[in-house]
Amino acid sequence: MEPLEIAERLKEQFPDEVAGVTQSGEQVSVIVKRGRIIDICRYLHDDPAICLNYLSDLCGVDYPGRKPRFEVIYNLYSLKHLHRLRLKALIPEEELSINSIVSVLAGANWHERETCDMYGIVFNNHPDLRRILMPEDWEGFPLRKDYPLKGAEGKEYRGYEEARELHKHDEEWNIKS
Amino acid sequence: MENIEDKSQGTSRIATEEMTLNMGPQHPATHGVLRLVLELDGETVVKCTPYIGYLHRGIEKLSEHRNYFQIIPLTDRLDYIASMSNNIGYCIAVEKLFGIEPPERAQFIRTITAEMSRISSHLLWLATHALDIGAMTVFLYCFREREKLLDLFERLCGARLTVSYPRIGGVRNNADTKWLEDLYDFTGEFPMRIEQYETLIDQNRIWLRRTKGIGVISAEEAINWGLSGPVIRGSGVPYDIRKFMPYAAYDRVKWEVPTGKNGDVYDRYRVRMEELRQSNFIIRQCIEKIPQGPVMADAPKYLLPPKDKVLTDMEHLIHHFVLITKGYHAAPEGEIYAATEAPKGELGFYIVSNGEGKPYRLRIRTPSFVHISVLPKLCEGSLIADVVANIGSIDIVLGECDR
Repeated sequence: MEPLEIAERLKEQFPDEVAGVTQSGEQVSVIVKRGRIIDICRYLHDDPAICLNYLSDLCGVDYPGRKPRFEVIYNLYSLKHLHRLRLKALIPEEELSINSIVSVLAGANWHERETCDMYGIVFNNHPDLRRILMPEDWEGFPLRKDYPLKGAEGKEYRGYEEARELHKHDEEWNIKS
Repeated sequence: MENIEDKSQGTSRIATEEMTLNMGPQHPATHGVLRLVLELDGETVVKCTPYIGYLHRGIEKLSEHRNYFQIIPLTDRLDYIASMSNNIGYCIAVEKLFGIEPPERAQFIRTITAEMSRISSHLLWLATHALDIGAMTVFLYCFREREKLLDLFERLCGARLTVSYPRIGGVRNNADTKWLEDLYDFTGEFPMRIEQYETLIDQNRIWLRRTKGIGVISAEEAINWGLSGPVIRGSGVPYDIRKFMPYAAYDRVKWEVPTGKNGDVYDRYRVRMEELRQSNFIIRQCIEKIPQGPVMADAPKYLLPPKDKVLTDMEHLIHHFVLITKGYHAAPEGEIYAATEAPKGELGFYIVSNGEGKPYRLRIRTPSFVHISVLPKLCEGSLIADVVANIGSIDIVLGECDR
């Protein structure tokens, strides 16, 4: 099935949820509201004619100044029919949350954790939502556009200070590591 | 560990006290900086929690502050065991976004180098996996052959590990005839070497007992977890992007996709061993079929002019200067998810372009990240010694997991 046909079907099935369809090259993106993301993924996964059963990737994108500000991107693929579809769920800045799709596609588990870690988007009912790449006590969300490239100015991470304290002894004794 | 007699149930079962064990981040079997917190009941793993991020360098964030050319060396640092595959994956993604088609010779050179990269990655995997399980000789043999491939990489592009050889629109320089002949000689000798490795371990009883029936993952689970590469193929799913969505010159050569049946450590090992043969076969065909011609596409709007022209011609010098300082003149707006088959599995680049000279968002989907997420499933309920076999069988590189 062509990706545009899948998008049409999705519109028929969830008329209130689909906010738009965009095309870039051959790849089609369906923009959806976040409320029924599990139902949408379940439908795309279970319908035998669509069968988008493989989650290639899940990530976030930040568009500051736009409303809603964040997007969660689901790159889905069908190992049965070999077609691809991209879902984009819109997340407003005021309420940074969306339901987790781990119950449909288990592979979303760590991708959702990473998106939460990098953007601060909360995935409801996620089995283990913790920071994954950054330390547990890290402040801020590094992949947001307003997060500076070199980190918050004039403020070192606590762990770095601790490490410096630990190696003071080396400096005193002129040990070069 | 203290043994306590469990009398509360009225049985004589000997209960053991649970113990938490930190494995890594500097454990030789965790291949870098993976840390596992294992909750053990005797020698059985009750719970396994992986911790990653010790090698996190913010490559995605850095990429959003560099122009498209400058990202190529960053992709080297993902899976540094197979940096050529990462470079190629990234270049293909950008080319798809911009609508650039590299010339035919470049496509063949990319296929050859990607498969060399696969062989050298699988050789390093086999060497260290065998070492983890307790076989030392294989380690030395594999490094012997890998060294030859690295020498060939060095002759082609001057670097052995972080090659940065492919370019957007082609490859950096041409592969000369002597180089291709030497590589062809290597491919003639290599099948015999693969047999040597197999003679050492294939029928070894210790090897079989430590790999058969360990870390089983079914085909349905593998698909649902989004596994890829030899891991999903070991479970019997013939998902290979080179066949499903051919790129470079893969649709012009013949080869087979090896698959396993049981989805255990042994099957994943067998799949990789067969892949060594298939890669060798692909390289041979490519060398036989490689056409003559340029190795860079002719797309002046996006691509750097040839270096010799830059040094002699003012127009080309200006062009070069503008591209380097401003990025692209007019990068098309749009977004793309492009996947390639790296040695460890599906390597995907999701790029959002807003028309500036640098990507607005560059997301890297790496196979090791996904495969480590499934490690608790593989390890829980098995023995602690099997954890080592399981980590080895999914072939991880923390550089690409943490990015």
